[in-house]
This record gives sequence, C-alpha cells and structure tokens, in this order.
Amino acid sequence: MIGELVVIAIGAAFINNVVLSQFLGICPFLGVSRKIETAAGMGGAVVFVITLASAVAGAIYKYLLVPFDITYLQTIVFILVIAALVQFVEMFLKKKVKGLYQALGVYLPLITTNCAVLGVALTNVKKEYTILEGVVNGFATAVGFLIAIVILAGLREKMEYNDVPESFKGMPTVLLTACLMAMAFFGFSQLK
Amino acid sequence: MKKCFERLYNGLVRENPTFVLMLGMCPTLAVTTSAINGVGMGLTTTAVLIMSNMIISMLRKVIPDGVRIPAFIVIIASFVTIVELCLEAYIPTLYEALGLYIPLIVVNCIILGRAESFASKDRVIYSIFDGLGMGLGFTLGLTCIGIVREILGNGTVFGFTVLPESYEPFTIFILAPGAFLVLAFLVALMNKIKLLKGKDTGVTGDCDKLCRNCPNKGCVGKSIDTEVAG
Repeated sequence: MIGELVVIAIGAAFINNVVLSQFLGICPFLGVSRKIETAAGMGGAVVFVITLASAVAGAIYKYLLVPFDITYLQTIVFILVIAALVQFVEMFLKKKVKGLYQALGVYLPLITTNCAVLGVALTNVKKEYTILEGVVNGFATAVGFLIAIVILAGLREKMEYNDVPESFKGMPTVLLTACLMAMAFFGFSQLK
Repeated sequence: MKKCFERLYNGLVRENPTFVLMLGMCPTLAVTTSAINGVGMGLTTTAVLIMSNMIISMLRKVIPDGVRIPAFIVIIASFVTIVELCLEAYIPTLYEALGLYIPLIVVNCIILGRAESFASKDRVIYSIFDGLGMGLGFTLGLTCIGIVREILGNGTVFGFTVLPESYEPFTIFILAPGAFLVLAFLVALMNKIKLLKGKDTGVTGDCDKLCRNCPNKGCVGKSIDTEVAG
C-alpha cells in the first residue's frame, strides 16, 4: 500500500513532471519565475490548492457523479469546484491565517486558471485512483511544479545580466532554459 | 461586413494568439508532436471559441456583471463537453491523440480572454467572426509548430515522407524538450522580423514593471499583470 503510494508520488513529481513533460501550468511557469521568492510563493500556493482540490474533486466524483451516473459532466463540475474552492481558501486564509495569506495571497486568484489543477483532477479520474491515491498524486504533482519553477527562477536570476543576442532576449531565452531543464528531467524516465 | 474581415485579420495576424499574445501555451507545446494533431487541436478550440463567443454575446445583456466570469466558465465548459463527446463518437483517433488536452480547453486563456474582452461587449455577428479569426490564428500557430517538429523529428509532413531516406530524424523534436526548443526559435524569429522592421519591441533590461503600457507583447512578465491561464 505504502509502496504503491511512493511509486505514484515519484512518478508524478519527477518522471512525468507536470510542467516539463506534461506541459500543464506553463503560463505561471514562464510568467512568475523572475525571482526565487515569487516562484516559491506561487509553487507553495499551487501545492496547497492542488492537494485540496484533488481531495474535494475525488470525493465529489465518487459520491455524487458516479451514483447519479452523470460522470460526463465531470469537466463542468470540476472547474466550478476548483474556482469555488480557490475563492473559499482565499477568504478563509484572509480571515484566519494572516501570515499564509500574505505569503500566498496574490497568487491564489491566478491559480483558478492554472490548468495543472484541472489536469490533476481529470488524471485522477482517468487512472481510477482512490481518493487517497488521488491526493498523493496531486501533492506530488504540485511538488514537481514547485521544484521546476524554483529551479527555473534560480537559473533566470543568474542569467539576468548575461549578454544574449537581441532577438533572443526575454521569452526565447526562458524557453531555451526550459528546454535544457526538460532534457535533464528526461533522465528520470530511466527510473522506471 | 468590413468589420468582419477586420476581426479575421486581427485574429490571424495582428493579435495572433500563439506568436503575438503568447496565450494558450499548454496545448501549443503539448499536442504539436505532429502537424495533424496541431490542426485537430486548433480546429477543436476554434469550434468551442465560435460557439462560446456567440452565446456569450447573445447573453451579454442578461448576465449580471458580478457573476459574469463563473457564467462564462459554465458556458465554455458546456461547449467543451459537447465537443469532447462529438470527437469521441466521430473522430476517435484524434480523441485518443489529444486525450487530456480536450477537457483542458476549458482553461485555455484565449477563450475566456475573448469572452471577457470582446464577446461580452460587442454584437453577435462580430463576436462570431472574432472567434473564427482567433481560432484560425491559433490553428495557424499550432500547425506551424507541428510542421516544424514533425519534419525535424520524423521526416514527414501530415504523415507523408518528405525528407530522403538518408535523413536521420532528431527524435528529440517530438519529445518534450523539442517543444520548448522549436517555440524558442520561432519566437526569436518573430522578434528578429520585428527588429528588422525597425519597430521597437520594448526592452527587457530596464523594464519599469508597468506591463500594461509595455509595447513588448512577448514579454513574460505580463502574465503577472493580466489574468493569464494555462
């Protein structure tokens, strides 16, 4: 049981890294990776929301959609649940956990549209994970995102004052860095 | 009529979602392993975009301002579900190839972006053409990337062999790193063309962080400023 969960976790965090091999959550990955602090803040918020969303979406699927035989509505239901959840989490943190809200606050609204959240919920259903396996998969996927975005931010901070050709300034350089990272993460596929 | 063509030109060239606005990057990178997948994804998104733009434009006076974003998302998600079921029934090969990325059209920021910035403000007929133009622009971008990756990574275009036998394909181009590599060079090419035209594309060195006024549309900092999805 524990062994299976560890396999799911390592697979989700490294082998099928959410950004570098599945291409989910590319926008925050490219957009919020200028500084290590903001990248870590975004990553932390994503870990929080994805773990919670996998649990809630898994429960709703199992206890609401399957018994009533309306699983074809999963896309609509999941996106609404995620949007509502993010709003709720934001209000809750603002009221009760001030420190965490100040750290994650600005990133929370952006997460609703992060496709990794919906992607994980749908993957959990597709692979027929139990709720516990789904939560572990969600958490590990989000940790994979955190690792990738923090590494990219570190590399970008180092490269900020490098002299690159005029037409490669900005986005192309970031994409090339991401390309090299994807190659490095490709090595993990041998872990299988 | 003139405005309809203007919307088409706007989506295909002036505000091309892939190369100029850099929106909807997830499907752009993920499904472009071959040209045919690029076309399939592009046209699927176009279909959703046209229908959601049409309905949202029709309902623009009915939907209260405060709940417009959830309302848009429900409309978009409904059309995505319809399109997904149609693909599963009629084009199962494409359904298999695109997989998870079909339901993820819901969070494609191009669609919500057009709903918010155009369809909720303008007449139905213009909104339809706006959706058509943007969708075709997206299809164009995906097809370009798909063709480049398929030629280099497999030696074929739309499944037809175009390069001689002696060509050894670079498999990396149809794997994950190749997606980043091809997009990086295509964006660099766009930048080069802009530079040659003499248009200042803005600078990355002394950016004043006022992204809204920044002329550099390819700048990655804009995602913090504007609402950007995956």
